[in-house]
Amino acid sequence: MADQPDFSTLSFEDALKRLETIVSRLESGEASLDDSITLYSEGDLLRKQCETRLADAQARIEKISLGADGRPAGVTAFDAG
Amino acid sequence: MPGDNAPALSVSELSGALKRMVEGNFSHVRLRGEISGYKRAASGHAYLALKDDKAVIDAIIWKGQASQIPFVPEDGIEVIATGRLTTYPGRSKYQIVIERLELAGAGALMMLLEKLKAKLGAEGLFDPARKMPLPYLPQVIGVVTSPTGAVIRDILHRLADRCPTRVIVWPVIVQGQGSDAQIAAAVNGFSAMAAGGPVPRPDLVIVARGGGSIEDLWSFNEEVVVRAVADCTIPVISAVGHETDTTLCDYAADVRAPTPTAAAEIAVPVRADLIAHLGEQGLRMARCAHRYRERGAEQLKALARHLPKPAQLLDPQRQRTDDLGERLRRGLGHRLSEARGELAGASGALRPGLLSNRLVRDRERVERLWRVAASLNPSNVLKRGYAMVEKRGGGVITSAAQARAAIALTLRFEDGAVDARLERSSGKPYTDVKGDQPTLL
Repeated sequence: MADQPDFSTLSFEDALKRLETIVSRLESGEASLDDSITLYSEGDLLRKQCETRLADAQARIEKISLGADGRPAGVTAFDAG
Repeated sequence: MPGDNAPALSVSELSGALKRMVEGNFSHVRLRGEISGYKRAASGHAYLALKDDKAVIDAIIWKGQASQIPFVPEDGIEVIATGRLTTYPGRSKYQIVIERLELAGAGALMMLLEKLKAKLGAEGLFDPARKMPLPYLPQVIGVVTSPTGAVIRDILHRLADRCPTRVIVWPVIVQGQGSDAQIAAAVNGFSAMAAGGPVPRPDLVIVARGGGSIEDLWSFNEEVVVRAVADCTIPVISAVGHETDTTLCDYAADVRAPTPTAAAEIAVPVRADLIAHLGEQGLRMARCAHRYRERGAEQLKALARHLPKPAQLLDPQRQRTDDLGERLRRGLGHRLSEARGELAGASGALRPGLLSNRLVRDRERVERLWRVAASLNPSNVLKRGYAMVEKRGGGVITSAAQARAAIALTLRFEDGAVDARLERSSGKPYTDVKGDQPTLL
C-alpha cells in the first residue's frame, strides 16, 4: 500500500503501543471490514518489526577508551572478570 | 621579695622557650572541633578557628592542603583536623596548622548533606519536571561505575538475563580522592556524546556503586556529580549503595534504583515476555480476522436463507401467464363464435331469390324503357307518312328559314332518301301553288 506508514522511525515502544491499539480496535469490532484489513496488515508489519528488533538484540559489553585529551576515543572489549 | 636575684628573661627568650615546648610537644595532633570564621584568602590559604563550647583555637590551612580538602568547609561543621601547633611570637599567639581536615562522623556529614540538598534543591535540580522518561527498550546503555567488583557484574548479569543489550562501561573510581571528578566527567562525557560519533551514544545511563558507609558514598553527594547527573541529556538511573542509602545523586537522577541489580531490571524489559506478548498480539489479530470471516459467512448464510427460491420467484409470473393464456384462448373462441354467428346471420339473408327478384325487376324496367325509346324512334314517325328534311351533307332542318338558306335538301323517308331543291326562296308556302311538284309535308 502506497499510504503505508514508515515504521522504521518508530521506537520499539511506539511500535508496540500502536500494535496494541490496533489489536484492541480489531477486537472491539467497530472497524469496517475494509478498515480491519488495513489495520490487520499494519499490525502484522509492526509485530514482525518488533520481533526482528528483539531477535537482533545482542549483548555486547565494551569499555570506553579515552584519548589524550580525556575525551572518549573509542571502545574496547570489556571483561568484568 | 628583695634580694631575689634570679636573672630576668627577655620576652623573646620566653617566647622562644614556649615555641620550642609547644611545637615539640604538639607536632602531631588530631583535634576535634567546630569550624568558625572560615575564610579563604586570595592567596589560597584558608584561615579559620576551631572551637568547642569553652575554648577556641585559631587555625590555618596552607594553600596546598586547602585544595585537598574533600568537602567545602563551612562554619558550624564539626571536623577532625590533623596538624601541628605553632606559635607566633610577634603576636603572642598560637595556632594549629591543619594538614588534613575531615568531617567528624555521620552527624556532621548528614548536616553537610542537608545543607547541600537544600541549596541544590532551591536551584530546582531535583524538580520532578526535570525528570526524563526512560526508553522502553534501550539500544545502548552507558554504565558509570568501577570496572571491578560485584556491581558491574551484577548489572551485566541481570541485563543478560532479561534482554541482551549493548553496554558501554565508563570506568571510574567510586570513592576517595578525585572520585567525584571522575564520576562527573564520565556522566558529562556520555551526555556530550554525539550520535554517530566514534562511540555509540547511549540512550540510557546507569550510575552505580555498591553499599558502604556515608563516607564511602560521599562522592555521590558532591555538587559536581549531582550537577552532572541533573544536567545529563540522557536519562539516568542512579543506583548508589543499598536501599537505605540515599545520595543527592539519587535525587538528581531521573529514576532511583535501590540497588545496581534493580537498576538493570528497571533499564530493560524481559525479552522473553515481550516476545510472548508480541505472539499474543499476533494471535489476537488472527482471531479477529477469523471472527470477521466467520461472522461474514454467517451473515451471508442468514441472508441467503431469506432469499426466495428461484422457482418461487417465477411461480406468480407463471401462474399469470397461464391465466392470461387461458383468457386469450377463451376470448378468441368467444369472438370466433360470435363472428360465426354474425356470419351465419348475414349469410341467412343472402338467398338466390334476392338476386333474381332484382333481375326480374330490372328487366321489366329495361323493357319499359325500351318501349318508350321505341315509341320515340323517328323511323316509326316516318312510317306514318312523315319525312325528315336534311341539309345536303348532313344536319336536320327544323325551320323554314334553315331550309331557305340551304336550298339543296335531302328528304329522308322511311324506305330511303331523295334529293330535293328549293325553287323559290320566298316566304310563302307552296300550299296554294298549283303544279305537280311534290309538295312538302
